[in-house]
Amino acid sequence: MKNQFKEIAIYRNRMMVSLVFVVSLMILLIAWVAELQVSQYEKYRTESDNNRIRVLPVAPTRGLIYDRNGIILAENRSVYSLELVPEQIKDIDQTIDELAKILAIDADDRERFYKELQRTRERFKKIPIKSKIDEKEVAVFSVNRHRFPGVSVEARLVRFYPYGEVLVHALGYVGRINDRELQTIDAQNYRATRHIGKVGIEKFYETELHGVIGSQRVESDVQGRVLDVLEQQDPVAGVDLHLELDLPLQLAAFNALKGQRGAVVAIDPKTGGVLALVSTPGYDPNLFVTGISSKDYKALLNEDRPLFNRALRGQYSPGSTIKPHIAWLGLESKTISPNYSIDDNGVYFLPNDEKRRYRDWKKWGHGKNISYRRAIIESCDTFFYDLAYKLGIDRISDTMKQFGFGSLTQIDMGEEVPGLMPSREWKQGARRVHWFPGETVITGIGQGYWLATPLQIANAAAVIANNGVRYQLHVVGAIGSSGERRLVAPSLAELQVDIGDGEHFKRIQNAMKEVNHNRVIGTARSAFADAPYLSAGKTGTVQLFGLGEDEEYEAENLAERLRDNALYIGYAPFDDPTIAVAVVVENAGGGGSNAAPIARKVIDQYLLNSTTENDKP
Amino acid sequence: MSVRSHTHKERQSLAWRLHIDIPLLLCLLIVIGFGLMVLYSAGGKSEALMYRQVTRLGMGFVVLFVMAQLPPRFYEKWAPALYTAGILLLFAVLLFGDKGKGAQRWLELGSFRFQPSEMMKLAVPLMVAWFFSQRVLPSKKRELLIAAVIVFVPTLLILMQPDLGTSLLIASSGIFAIYLSGVSWKLIFSFGIAGIVYAPVHWFFVMREYQRERVLVYLDPERDPLGSGYHIIQSKIAIGSGGTSGKGWLEGTQSQLEFLPERSTDFIFAVLGEEFGLVGVILLLVMYLLVIARGMYIGMQAQETFSRLLSGAIVLTFFIYLFVNIGMVTGLLPVVGLPLPLVSYGGTSMVTLMAGFGMLMSIHTHRKLVSN
Repeated sequence: MKNQFKEIAIYRNRMMVSLVFVVSLMILLIAWVAELQVSQYEKYRTESDNNRIRVLPVAPTRGLIYDRNGIILAENRSVYSLELVPEQIKDIDQTIDELAKILAIDADDRERFYKELQRTRERFKKIPIKSKIDEKEVAVFSVNRHRFPGVSVEARLVRFYPYGEVLVHALGYVGRINDRELQTIDAQNYRATRHIGKVGIEKFYETELHGVIGSQRVESDVQGRVLDVLEQQDPVAGVDLHLELDLPLQLAAFNALKGQRGAVVAIDPKTGGVLALVSTPGYDPNLFVTGISSKDYKALLNEDRPLFNRALRGQYSPGSTIKPHIAWLGLESKTISPNYSIDDNGVYFLPNDEKRRYRDWKKWGHGKNISYRRAIIESCDTFFYDLAYKLGIDRISDTMKQFGFGSLTQIDMGEEVPGLMPSREWKQGARRVHWFPGETVITGIGQGYWLATPLQIANAAAVIANNGVRYQLHVVGAIGSSGERRLVAPSLAELQVDIGDGEHFKRIQNAMKEVNHNRVIGTARSAFADAPYLSAGKTGTVQLFGLGEDEEYEAENLAERLRDNALYIGYAPFDDPTIAVAVVVENAGGGGSNAAPIARKVIDQYLLNSTTENDKP
Repeated sequence: MSVRSHTHKERQSLAWRLHIDIPLLLCLLIVIGFGLMVLYSAGGKSEALMYRQVTRLGMGFVVLFVMAQLPPRFYEKWAPALYTAGILLLFAVLLFGDKGKGAQRWLELGSFRFQPSEMMKLAVPLMVAWFFSQRVLPSKKRELLIAAVIVFVPTLLILMQPDLGTSLLIASSGIFAIYLSGVSWKLIFSFGIAGIVYAPVHWFFVMREYQRERVLVYLDPERDPLGSGYHIIQSKIAIGSGGTSGKGWLEGTQSQLEFLPERSTDFIFAVLGEEFGLVGVILLLVMYLLVIARGMYIGMQAQETFSRLLSGAIVLTFFIYLFVNIGMVTGLLPVVGLPLPLVSYGGTSMVTLMAGFGMLMSIHTHRKLVSN
């Protein structure tokens, strides 16, 4: 039989035990939760903040580059880029394959993406798969966006060079930061930066142009979406550069040289400021900004070497352009008097050596009574063979170094090479061979071992224009925004060629004036015919092909690459020079007919502001 | 005697005639109200989600009301049939069941999806209570063995689906019924020791890989910080960062910024902990305790063996339910997929719970007056 009372008694007993059990377990839960919420509160509070708060780097805006007229030469444009957040994508490879079906994504894009993916350490960092997409591609992606979680179109400020190849060798360009640069840059300051100056002033002034990174403390959700900016430290934008460069002049020089290989450098002799710096052929720097395709890059590796900056790195024999300098040295050192003259029959022999002939470029010579003046105007080689021999290599070398030959100009562009001003010591050191007198002879016409960059040649011309005062070459005149511009041009008159009372300097300046304006014998007379201003100049024609002693130079019979280099230096206005120019045109032939006309166009532009129809790039 | 506590007047009241127990109803409403508040925050203020939850609660109350109308004798009568049907359906699930999330839990009946394991949550305590009500208590050992079989057959069938959480609840509901029937403490402790001995066997031969992994990650959440450990790590951060008074309603960063997974379902307790702090946690537990206390009171007031065992089993299983969930969310217990009763979003489990409370009300309001 059921015993209700006993049963109820047991039941109640069990229920009371259960109640104790329930209450104790609840107390256990509360104790445990209190452990988390009270004892370990600080720890979990921190972890919770670490979850929601992130510090995002904010990239500074890169400084702009202006020419001397305030025309913008390098700006920042908003560009759409297609970017992925790897953390939000399950299968990256598949996502990229799918994207490739609707947008053109090539092997280069993929390679760049994976490279960056490997080295990124930041959570939710956006990595571009295609760093430049046009409006149409943006539209195509937007329609398909729902299929691609974690992929987005971002508008970013990217460097743009409106004048492209015209200025590439003067400005350089920026490109995506590579592994090697990552080792050297201040990683903290570049956390949000994607581009860095690769060459030219973009590289030289990288620190100024870049600016200082800013940051944002943001609250974001589990997907990394930013919900709220808690605190912001604005980045400091990079400072603007104001160049000495004159854009119309640069365009004129570029157009005059276009289609040929060569360089033009124009300098303000009174400041050392570079007014124009052209090297042709050029290339479009904008291709490098967002990452050049291997196809485009291969196309630039052609025989004409468009990537090569001839103005800074091209090493040419200066040829006859240095004859005024040598002549001045002869006069100043009293090795020759202003009345000294020679009879030139087209050949020069060293004393005691009747075998080796040193030929003038003019087969039968320039005639009798050739003074320093005619030697410069007509560019007589024989006179300078003789003079160089009389001066000796030591004196030539020492003095030419004062004009800047053989050493870096220290221009604020980097990249430049020093060229070579040969000397006895140099030859002994580099070649372990004694200096031969014959080598002095050809040094007298700017050939032999002597190598100079167009920049150095222009600089040497500016020194003549400026009565021996040599200023530090520079491209950037001032930095900073218009309100707080500060000059960076180095202190003037650092170097001075000792020109004594200036008498002899005047003499060779006058001779150079006649090179341009003597209507009968000036080698640049046709280029400067009808010029409405007075100017000074000197042509140069440099033989690249070693002719046999009795052979004649016939351009038509020579391969194009073996033809003479055409050179020219000049400055104007003659009485108060404001521009000095050097022109080098590779394999163009005579300097008077091939380089001087380019210089004329450049000087005309600068002095007369004449714009020809071809001045647009 | 306490059985006489209900006065004539009380029996005349509307609630009594509708078989509603007002104190239990109020306790439930308080928990549900607080739960809806937490859910509104956890669900990202989604009105659609609130609407569905309120609809489901409404359905739950309808079920509760209907269950309350049926007298305990009705349940007693149908318990064996319900249990037998449940066992057959569990077999059917294993044979023809629909696979959802890698486990077979659902049975398709036309367009109607049905989860027999939910039914078993009530069928098992009903069956055990029925079994003991036929016998003199305390039972003999042979009878206890039969009761154990009644409990463990469905438990194993559900474990095979596999559904660890539900099988745990079903086992405890049966075990509580047996315990309340007055099985000797000696036997209880012997089984306890046997269980400890059996645990390793279970570990190696019964548990699925993912279940073992859950236990391992429970012991060391850092073992899988981005996978299954992520839930626990994030929920502990949510609760811990709530502090004493919480970050404020709708202000929990872990939940609002979606760092906390499954925040409106199994892990809703973490949202409560984060936004209402220790104060909120204690408040909820006190509310639960009130529900349990009222349930126990109803059990003690019950006049028949069947009603006593059934109500006791329902109430204690309800406690296990919330204890396992809170234990899991706070990292005290391994992750077992159980929702927080009356608070978590969704689920057939809500309806089952309400049916259980309906039975409690039925037991309480169908008592006969016992004269002195």
